[in-house]
Amino acid sequence: MTRALVLRAPGINCDRETAHACRLVGFETELVHINHLLRAPERLLAFDFLVIPGGFSYGDNLGAGTLLAKNLTVHVGQQLQQFIGEGRPVLGICNGFQVLVRAGLLPGQIVEAPDISHTKTPTQTCSLTDNASAQFECRWIRLAVQQSSCIFTCDAGEVIELPVAHGEGRFVLAHPRSLAQLQARGQIPLVYTTLESMAIGNFDAGDPTIPYPDNPNGSLGNIAGICNAQGNVLGLMPHPERFVNALQHPQRRGMVNGEGDGLLIFKNAFEYARQRERIVL
Amino acid sequence: MTTLLIEVEAVSQEYDAQANKLAREILFLPIKHLPSLAAIATGNTPLTLRTAHLYYLTGNLSLTEIDRLAQQLLADPVMQKAHISTSSVKLTTHQEQYQEQIPAYIIDVFFHAGVTDTLAESVMNGASLLDIRGLEQVATGKRYILDGRLSETDVQYITEALLYNPVIQQYSLHRSRQEDFQTGDLQDVPAGRSQAQVEARTSANRFHILDMTDEELLELSKAGMLALDLEEMRAIQAYYREQQREPTDVELETLAQTWSEHCSHKSFKATIDYYEVDSAGTILKEETIDGLLKQYIMHATEQINPPWLVSAFSDNAGIIRFTRSHDIAFKVETHNHPSAIEPFGGANTGIGGVIRDVLGVSAQPIACTDVLCFGTAGTVGEDLPPGILSPHRIANGVVDGIRDYGNKMGIPTVNGAVLYDRGYLYNPLVFCGCLGVLPHGGHPRRVRSGDLIVVLGGRTGRDGIHGATFSSGEMSRELSARAGSAVQIGAPITEKKVTDVLIQARDRHLYTSITDCGAGGFSSAIGEMGEETGARVELANVPLKYAGLAPWEIWLSEAQERMVLAVPPDHLTDLLEICTLEEVEASVIGSFTGDKRLVVSYHGEVVADLDMVFLHKGRPRRRLEATWTGRQETPISASNFAALKENNLSVKNHSGILLALLCHPTIASKEAIIRRYDHEVQGATVLKPLVGKAGNGPGDAVVLQPILDEPTGAGIVISNGINPLYGRIDPYAMATNAIDEALRNLTAVGGDIEHAAILDNFCWGNPTDPVQLGMLVRAAKGCHDAAIGFRVPFISGKDSLNNEYRTSGQRLPVLPTLLISAAGVIDDAARTIDMSLKDAGNLLYQIGITRNELGGSYLAEVVESTTFEPSFPQTNVPQVDFQAARTRMKALGNAIRAGMIVSCHDLSEGGLAVASAEMALAGSRGIHMDIGKARHDISMPEDSLATLLLFSESASRFLVEVVPEQQHRFEAYMRSQGVRDFACIGEVTESDRFIVQYRTQKLVDLPVATLQSAWRREEVKA
Repeated sequence: MTRALVLRAPGINCDRETAHACRLVGFETELVHINHLLRAPERLLAFDFLVIPGGFSYGDNLGAGTLLAKNLTVHVGQQLQQFIGEGRPVLGICNGFQVLVRAGLLPGQIVEAPDISHTKTPTQTCSLTDNASAQFECRWIRLAVQQSSCIFTCDAGEVIELPVAHGEGRFVLAHPRSLAQLQARGQIPLVYTTLESMAIGNFDAGDPTIPYPDNPNGSLGNIAGICNAQGNVLGLMPHPERFVNALQHPQRRGMVNGEGDGLLIFKNAFEYARQRERIVL
Repeated sequence: MTTLLIEVEAVSQEYDAQANKLAREILFLPIKHLPSLAAIATGNTPLTLRTAHLYYLTGNLSLTEIDRLAQQLLADPVMQKAHISTSSVKLTTHQEQYQEQIPAYIIDVFFHAGVTDTLAESVMNGASLLDIRGLEQVATGKRYILDGRLSETDVQYITEALLYNPVIQQYSLHRSRQEDFQTGDLQDVPAGRSQAQVEARTSANRFHILDMTDEELLELSKAGMLALDLEEMRAIQAYYREQQREPTDVELETLAQTWSEHCSHKSFKATIDYYEVDSAGTILKEETIDGLLKQYIMHATEQINPPWLVSAFSDNAGIIRFTRSHDIAFKVETHNHPSAIEPFGGANTGIGGVIRDVLGVSAQPIACTDVLCFGTAGTVGEDLPPGILSPHRIANGVVDGIRDYGNKMGIPTVNGAVLYDRGYLYNPLVFCGCLGVLPHGGHPRRVRSGDLIVVLGGRTGRDGIHGATFSSGEMSRELSARAGSAVQIGAPITEKKVTDVLIQARDRHLYTSITDCGAGGFSSAIGEMGEETGARVELANVPLKYAGLAPWEIWLSEAQERMVLAVPPDHLTDLLEICTLEEVEASVIGSFTGDKRLVVSYHGEVVADLDMVFLHKGRPRRRLEATWTGRQETPISASNFAALKENNLSVKNHSGILLALLCHPTIASKEAIIRRYDHEVQGATVLKPLVGKAGNGPGDAVVLQPILDEPTGAGIVISNGINPLYGRIDPYAMATNAIDEALRNLTAVGGDIEHAAILDNFCWGNPTDPVQLGMLVRAAKGCHDAAIGFRVPFISGKDSLNNEYRTSGQRLPVLPTLLISAAGVIDDAARTIDMSLKDAGNLLYQIGITRNELGGSYLAEVVESTTFEPSFPQTNVPQVDFQAARTRMKALGNAIRAGMIVSCHDLSEGGLAVASAEMALAGSRGIHMDIGKARHDISMPEDSLATLLLFSESASRFLVEVVPEQQHRFEAYMRSQGVRDFACIGEVTESDRFIVQYRTQKLVDLPVATLQSAWRREEVKA
């Protein structure tokens, strides 16, 4: 049985549809409240997949995701490090992405071997801040899937569509030169793109920032999602759980079998987690 | 004890998004009155502006702890920096940053004591996570650092126009050169004041009313903000004379809340003597009405009584059947007065309140709706009386308040409308709706004696005292100031947590009854829940935000995010366990009894002991007078939009009229607003508010497919109808057309009017004015006739009366407005369509008959009255033929669900012209049509006829797109259903042009891109 933990916390509000997406692809899925997890942090290690869904954890007043990131780091930090170090997949969507970034888990340290440095507390090297428009933005956007080590986006095709809905999704780096490093290490699986660049087949990150609204928040390098160097931790601002079937698309476009683009991310997580489980067993 | 200030700002201007947005807002101000701003705006160096967060912290904190707070909690390490100053250490580095060439202005804005400060709560929460225990108090504020080239007068203007609202905030203004501004700040520390300023009044007072004269009774009602009239005060006096004692303040306040317009709908229940008179004053018709609610609204529902109706008018929200296993609850409220004086907080708590109404029937909220009515855009501050905020500011604040609450709760805001009219300048309207889903039969409503009264959620403070009586009265500048406590800011995360608890408690059957704490606070909530049993409450057990509240204040507080549950004692432990896990505070404050008395004590002393029967049935029924004199005096083409009329549009300039209509603020694109609301959260929004390839087509209705865990594709269709301009002529027509429009919108996406219910929301002026009440009677009659005509029942409604503003002796009532909201059920949400044109070669049909109906139309809003009136001397406000409309909508809905139609749009504001243009721009497709082929019953010269065919707003009409292969099937089906009023009038084209002919004469030939840019108001903005 391949088990998914969908984390709940005060203010997290995309948990039900996220759990639904997990169940659709085959995960035995449990919604677990952070306060339950804090009572027994080792419970985390009974799961094969961790999702931190979207929402406004603890109100997001102190910068999106800050308090949930602190809570996880302080109380579940060690288990989380182990979970990731062992190669289990972790997905942070929207607020969950903000949490992973603020916890220093994305883009993460350069890991040479999968089992090192459980002890060192990660530090934050990038951030997600107010959209350049200073406004919340809900719209469907196009994402180019880039060559990367990300286990969630393999075989996703060149371009997928997903909705975004956030006020603080602008990706920034403490040192802008790190952009090239991230790119070189294949840590930028998803970038916002335009209909025009789709037509000419050119979606390289590092291109000049494409204009609003195709890049809905002014993200550096048009970055919509990043992964760690191992590829088992993905954070993204768009909501894959909101596009699991064609009916949810504005023009009701889906894949041949009527599935939505977002479901691929969960399917990949399931396939990866199942195979990993077999290897470990 | 240390007191310190931490200031957090962006490391570079680029990341100060709020400042960049504010700089744009500032340039929207009336620059001609702000000379120093004008100089900067026209100069070469742009306006400089920065913002920062301020945190005033009090406590026993070590330097390391202060540093950890600043670096790990308050400032983002990547794009923010923190400056710390303490009362003992004055940090020079902090001052240095403002030593610019021209000293800047520094404006610090703080909340008044007692106003909800969720950011401060987060800081406390975060500090405990960091294991910093010495932090005792936090107050947060916002700092604005404004360009030193501005004059102080202009800075004050900007501050008052944009940066703060005296109702909830205060500010201080400094120039950075002032050496002492730092210490000045610290003396102003607002932390700690909330308690200090509260005077301790912790026992009940008695009022001596037994011997009062009528004048004294009225004076008491007025001075105490009780909003009771003489008859009501006399009834109270008589009751206490019988009891041979004087009332306590708690009792008197309880009666005032329970008997308020807001809680008891006394005008809607009043006996009305109604007269229809002609212009000479002769009575044409006389009638006694046994209550508007009973005789018109509820009567219609009783007549129709469909099998899927679960509950109407008996709970906080109406309930209908959805699937075999689930029901739908729907409620729409208004929050007008609070939004007028504090737009963000007013709309914020309006949403919070209506969500609690839905929680109050044990439903999981799945969608919010918002219909907003604002004064004409462009009206600037100095044209308004003092105390009235500009429509621009109200609109921004209201939209922001809705965004904040709905998005944070994770409830998609899916349907709405925004109307602009000078009739809303003094009385803006904010309608907030919420729809929820619950297991069929999942809402318990049987309080038993012995059940515990449990309050859960937010704490009780002095906020929102007198909200019910405040909202039941008229507004004036003085009242705005006095009513400060009636306005609050919501805490959506608290309500989200409460929701998470309630759904679990519902599914585990832990409570026997539930209600929200709304207007009137505990007094209304517990008074209503215990009506059949009786209740005993101990106020000392209520968790308070701060000490010092008098018993009546605890009892009446309208602090947000609180719910009251009746919990059997053996379920208490389970409930409290869920609350602990979800971080929700819960307290037992009393129990339900069997003596039918409401007994309230405070530390054991009884402060109220009321007979439930007197409380709920003792109010003398009102008797009111209403007169209707026929058509109102307002000229038919009284436009709000002088700017639109500058073009001197003739009624024959069809292209010009169409473009003017598309950029009329009420018709134009609302994309900028809609995108600020999350309309996708929960993943159920399968037909969205913005549709079509262009991504911004105005959808007629939304469709939700909310049930994820059962194999059902069932959908909910949500729509609305609102036509205040028709009400200027005849509120009866406003009501019938609003219902027609709501059902039209529902039908246009594939909804089924045979499984649909409606809600009414009346916003009116003072009901004791016979003219206002006469209009209300007309509207209620219209509601009754249309509901029965369509066989669509009302399941819930709300009236907001006394929407009047008084200034210098003048009464300024709101434009009487009726909102109809509709919710319908369909078996398969996939069988719905949107309004955007799909493919070239498809056929366009107008369904319905066009009549000479330009009364109250948008055409009349944009053309010169000198050209309108002579051309259309005899034109009507649209009339609804219920029988024909019902047959047509039933057939059309079926045809859509059967796949015969690929797009459909209803004809409403701006008639066929606007509807067809919207379909074209949404689908980025051309149109070629001949309106001469449309069905009509008009005998007028050709040029007037063409104008009518394009712009008349006759009810119950649609424009539909049919694939040629479906043409025969579609036509045959419609005829088989008894629908003959339809005609093919054109087709979708590959070209990018929108072409309209009347027979051989070309009336309009415009690029679709031009329609799109007019609709986006691009040239208006430039």
